Amino acid sequence: MADEMDRVFKALADASRRALLDDLFREPGQTLGALASRLDMTRQAVSQHLAVLEAANLVSTVKRGREKLHYLNPIPIHEAHGRWIAKFERPRLDALAELKQRLEGPQGDRDG
Amino acid sequence: MDKPSYVYVTYILATPEKVWEAITDAEVSARFWHRSNVSDWQVGSTWEHKFPGKPADLVGKVLEADPPSRLVMTWAGPAHVDNPDRVSVVAFDIKPMGEKTRLTMTHSKLTPQGLKDVSEAWPAVLSNMKTLLETGDVIPDPFGGIHG
Repeated sequence: MADEMDRVFKALADASRRALLDDLFREPGQTLGALASRLDMTRQAVSQHLAVLEAANLVSTVKRGREKLHYLNPIPIHEAHGRWIAKFERPRLDALAELKQRLEGPQGDRDG
Repeated sequence: MDKPSYVYVTYILATPEKVWEAITDAEVSARFWHRSNVSDWQVGSTWEHKFPGKPADLVGKVLEADPPSRLVMTWAGPAHVDNPDRVSVVAFDIKPMGEKTRLTMTHSKLTPQGLKDVSEAWPAVLSNMKTLLETGDVIPDPFGGIHG
């Protein structure tokens, strides 16, 4: 269990990997090539980052013909959320998050 | 095959048979999903997702059933079951991985509204299933009260 959580947080501790997850949220089911061109990264870099994300179970894949499609898999993040946040003070945290969002405005990178 | 809208994966410390039972048994599914999945799970049979004694919230047909490895079903609101544009497809693939079982849930053919509803619901359902199978208990009220 500890290993799994370690892999999740290590995978998330990198801005490029978080950008990949953001882009898979915007556009699920992308190939490696599509991700590389959208994010202006080399295929090799994307491939290495995806391997880390897959090992952490933050990215899931399906094969379609010769293509491998990548998806954001939010389940490990949901489990972390359930462990530390959901079980206590949820209403108050929701109110704070809402307030923070209103004060800071839209995230900006959400819809490109 | 349509490109799936969502592919969610969780690793559960339980046997494939237990994972299959959690999805298909009316009593076990009710414990982590707050609705029962009811069917004889034969290909071509209908299935329902419902509170006991209430009309179904979701209905569909079993497209594939290969216990304990693969279950595929259509998925629709009761009012939309005859409208092909409103019927989505859910597949569960269950595979032993050492002492754990990998459960992959693939949801395809979703409408934009369905995409939104489902993206919020599946992580709670799958996390709660994992918690139930691994601890025998569930997270209280994973849906924030919508089922009361």
